[in-house]
Amino acid sequence: MNAPVSTPTWDSRRQARARRLHRAESLGLARRVPAGRSVALLEAVIEPGDRVCLEGNNQKQADFLASSLADCNPAVLHDLHMLMSVLALPSHVDLFERGLARKLDFSFSGPQANRLARLVQDRRIEIGAIHTYLELFARYFVDLTPHVCLIAAHAADAAGNLYTGPNTEDTPAIVEATAFKSGIVIAQVNELRESLPRVDVPASWVDFVIVAPRPNYIEPLFTRDPAQITEVQVLMAMLAIKGIYAEYGVKRLNHGIGFDTAAIELLLPTYAAGLGLKGKICTHWALNPHPTLIPAIESGFVESVHCFGSEVGMDAYTAARPDIFFTGADGSMRSNRGYSQTAGLYACDMFIGSTLQIDLSGNSSTATVGRLAGFGGAPNMGSDPHGRRHASPAWLKASREAADGKAIRGRKLVVQLVETFREHMEPVFVERLDAFALQEAMGAELPPIMIYGDDLSHIVSEEGIANLLLCRNPEEREQAIRGVAGFTPVGMARDKRAVESLRERGIIRRAADLGIDPRLATRDLLAARSIKDLVRWSGGLYAPPSRFRNW
Amino acid sequence: MEKLEFTLPACAAPASRGFTQSFALCGVVASGNLEVLVGAGAAASVCEISVTTSARGFAPIWQALLSEFAAQNPAGGTRIAINDMGATPAVVSLRLGQALCEYLGAER
Repeated sequence: MNAPVSTPTWDSRRQARARRLHRAESLGLARRVPAGRSVALLEAVIEPGDRVCLEGNNQKQADFLASSLADCNPAVLHDLHMLMSVLALPSHVDLFERGLARKLDFSFSGPQANRLARLVQDRRIEIGAIHTYLELFARYFVDLTPHVCLIAAHAADAAGNLYTGPNTEDTPAIVEATAFKSGIVIAQVNELRESLPRVDVPASWVDFVIVAPRPNYIEPLFTRDPAQITEVQVLMAMLAIKGIYAEYGVKRLNHGIGFDTAAIELLLPTYAAGLGLKGKICTHWALNPHPTLIPAIESGFVESVHCFGSEVGMDAYTAARPDIFFTGADGSMRSNRGYSQTAGLYACDMFIGSTLQIDLSGNSSTATVGRLAGFGGAPNMGSDPHGRRHASPAWLKASREAADGKAIRGRKLVVQLVETFREHMEPVFVERLDAFALQEAMGAELPPIMIYGDDLSHIVSEEGIANLLLCRNPEEREQAIRGVAGFTPVGMARDKRAVESLRERGIIRRAADLGIDPRLATRDLLAARSIKDLVRWSGGLYAPPSRFRNW
Repeated sequence: MEKLEFTLPACAAPASRGFTQSFALCGVVASGNLEVLVGAGAAASVCEISVTTSARGFAPIWQALLSEFAAQNPAGGTRIAINDMGATPAVVSLRLGQALCEYLGAER
């Protein structure tokens, strides 16, 4: 037997880690680093070409560490490969404009969608891929493991234990992937405390803690002011409740973040209760603590809610409802985006949300030309998981409809709730998604489709409900979609006789077919008509951010 | 402003209607909204509709929407006046449905 030529190295990452920590130490930077030396720390422990995971979702942001990284010297740090759930802050885009970072793997870019699209077109950024949250977290444990992660927590103790409080969100997934593959974990915290209410991340997983000059930013993304809900949204909510929630007995579900689904939440204690649906629908949720869910919770509709993150102003309320929300021994809520996304994917029977465009195959997308927005979590929730094996009545009924009763597996309900026209008379129903034009402009391998048509089970518009499960061929499917597309060009091009025949078969159902009186579709049907009403429902526990206070 | 007039074939309104009111009014003239006034028309087999709208250039959509409304509802024998300030088709259809139900005096 030949002896190996050289002794293999099995701990090169650990050696690299020791080297990086030594560089920091030689600058006098140990576990607790003053905010003023954050740039020195980052330049010491990060190396050119590193994969750097910068925490930030559509809620909590490691904003101080993001701006510190953007302030680093591009002669020292360059060609970084950024891993980010959400590209939301101007400093995130600065990383690429200032030449620190070159490559990006991400999930969602909301507010920076326009700037990001320009960078891609100017070839100043290389996009690895646009992921869903679960997909991105999964890759942290496979081929995108971070060398360094920059995270946000609420508080740290002297030992370096972290308390993330109600906004735990992505932190556990990021830290686990980094800390256990010889990476370096740097946390910004709002404050140091003698003792923590509870430990969300143990100190031995954390290398450096910086007390940020300002508390980390949290966006109240899931707050919808009931005052802005329209009567058309009330009508669509009535259609959805009577025609889908009640029909399938949907108990476990996830809602999107729009006003359309907020209207449904506010109709549970009124319209749904009137239909005798309390206890029969909407009992278990994978959902952020939406303020508009408060009336349904207070009315006894809801048994359990697991959250991706928290919501600004909801902490006292969730802490006071531990039967409903997941809370720690300290009393405050614990969220976890990875687990909640998994719950939305595998343990929910329905996803219902909104979109900007739907095509004739039922594909939908929020990408429009000039905006590279990404997906977030919607495709996890809004897809039929073929790995699911446990049955529920809603899951079985949906699959029986799709397979003429001969199902060997179930089917998730994936529902798009849209008005036929958006603002400025932009039609939602289109022949061709902008996503395809965007794919060409970006030279991407795939069009950025949020929910694939073959996963979509229903479309609800003000014109009624199209049940795509019952369609037996692509032509029926196309006419079912045109049949609820109203007076958009796509809707006006429908085959009237085909649509009437679909209506006779119950594939299209109008409000009248469901016995819905349009005169009931008024804002009086909303359990709360203002933010102040929500505060009242919560017994004063909900403390809305000032921008939502108008009294 | 644009003024549009339509005379559309429609099923006659049920004769049993209570005649509890001579007209019905729904909605308000406000941005993105409209006012729909339903009263008695001249002939039982048609629905006469006059539209005054602040949004110019949408005559084909009005034509399609109102024809559909007249064909799908017992709107014969009514005369409908619409004052619109840029409502979407969704709002127009909802208001027409509400106003006709109110005019026909159907039980809720």
